[in-house]
Amino acid sequence: MAPHPSAIGGHAQGFGATERKDGWWVEPIVTVVVFLAFVVYTTWAALQGTHYHWGPYLSPFYSPLLFAAPGDAAGLHHSWFGAWPSWWPSFVPASPAVLILIFPGSFRFTCYYYRKAYYRAFTGSPPGCAVGPLAGRRPYRGETFLLLFQNLHRYTMPFAVLLVFILSYDAVVSYWWDGRVGVGVGSIVLTLNAILIGAYTFGCHSFRHLIGGRTDCMSCGKATLKYGAWKRASWFNERHMEFAWLSLVWVMVADLYVRLLSMGVITDLNTWGR
Amino acid sequence: MATTRTFRIWRGDARGGGFEQFEIQVDEGMVVLDVLHRIQAQQANDLALRWNCKAGKCGSCSMEINGKPKLACMTRMNSFAESETITVQPLKTFPVMKDLVTDVSWNYAQNKRIPKFQPRPRDPDGAYRMYQEDVDRVQEFRKCIECYLCQDVCHVLRDRHGREQNTFVGPRFLIRLASLEMHPLDTADRIPAVRDEFGSGMCNITKCCTEVCPEHIHITDNGIIPLKERVVDRFYDPIAMLMRKIFG
Repeated sequence: MAPHPSAIGGHAQGFGATERKDGWWVEPIVTVVVFLAFVVYTTWAALQGTHYHWGPYLSPFYSPLLFAAPGDAAGLHHSWFGAWPSWWPSFVPASPAVLILIFPGSFRFTCYYYRKAYYRAFTGSPPGCAVGPLAGRRPYRGETFLLLFQNLHRYTMPFAVLLVFILSYDAVVSYWWDGRVGVGVGSIVLTLNAILIGAYTFGCHSFRHLIGGRTDCMSCGKATLKYGAWKRASWFNERHMEFAWLSLVWVMVADLYVRLLSMGVITDLNTWGR
Repeated sequence: MATTRTFRIWRGDARGGGFEQFEIQVDEGMVVLDVLHRIQAQQANDLALRWNCKAGKCGSCSMEINGKPKLACMTRMNSFAESETITVQPLKTFPVMKDLVTDVSWNYAQNKRIPKFQPRPRDPDGAYRMYQEDVDRVQEFRKCIECYLCQDVCHVLRDRHGREQNTFVGPRFLIRLASLEMHPLDTADRIPAVRDEFGSGMCNITKCCTEVCPEHIHITDNGIIPLKERVVDRFYDPIAMLMRKIFG
């Protein structure tokens, strides 16, 4: 690779140019690999329309199951509105996940943490701190022009909050099968999934702003609900990155677990003996 | 135990310059600033560097050490491998005056542009009252020592001509704006200026400012993002705008 030209101060110019000697490039590479793996797996899983439930377990990619997939009589048990609608256009994939994934997908895409991660990893803007950016000579407009839509993150948030309650419901019903209370590995997987997604969602910057942060006098000397909620959201907010990654990976694990059970590849260890 | 270390220091001025290499004895417990002073005393009497408190509180000795914006007085020599050559450069974002000294006066000009604190009228007994819980978050911003490491590392100022074109005021001053805007006694409305004059939208929240802050201020999460959210309230949230129209 040709050496980067040096400016006053000896700072190298150009994409990736830096005097840093640490592994600054590890983080963007890991981000690219995990994000691409997630997108590829999620798209594939969402388009299948099969193997998304087993016993009391429902894949989080397919929850809430508004309509059971065509031909999936067993799925009616989890479905909110019954069988797949006959009016569904034939050119759109008939998979329940396509009705759902747009909501958590848009929430994560516009999330402040994920913005940091993909601006660094995918657009090189910059790829690392004090590292030369990609397209450094092009006019830079930040989030003022084409990226103004990022400001609508708060509108994706209510759906994400609703989904936390729905996934929690799924976790609770996963302890109930054929009229008997029990527990299986799948129940624990789905419970952890609800907890991690909840911890990620309630640390959202927009959530923290709307519940209290937008006012200057949150307590005004009293133990207000607003101030208490803001304090708790701040705890999750400090760990937003960790919960973003954990919940992203775990939701994939949860879908894969249910899928492999449904396909008969693995068996669930549970108290129901099935 | 004393060891000999290799330093590669950029020397020059606005007309040009280059790296000079120094072999220097380093004693246990030294920080980079100590070593630079020893080089200045023993090998390069005209080496220019700015420093003052040697305690990480004045923000004077900001420079780039092995490519990272850091305070020289807070960078311990035992954080490097003994065989490692340590590269020291001036801040990239600001014009070089001489060697490791840069002209940071652009920052002072930005500070003057910010509308000042405008407290509400005093209570009937003549006091100003506010509550600790409500000022906690702005007190975090008051820890800033104005070292300008955040300004240096911010790619909008560093690589995107944000300083030259005055399109972005930088993280340090968004933090100052946040400290005023969130203050429970303050009455001024700076939100239109935060967007239009100070360029909050130019920040793409890559958090490098937070990573380099020697005072560990959560610049992005607690300062810039809440400001951006207030800008959204005012300019980009149709429901909030409608509610304001109806209810005032």
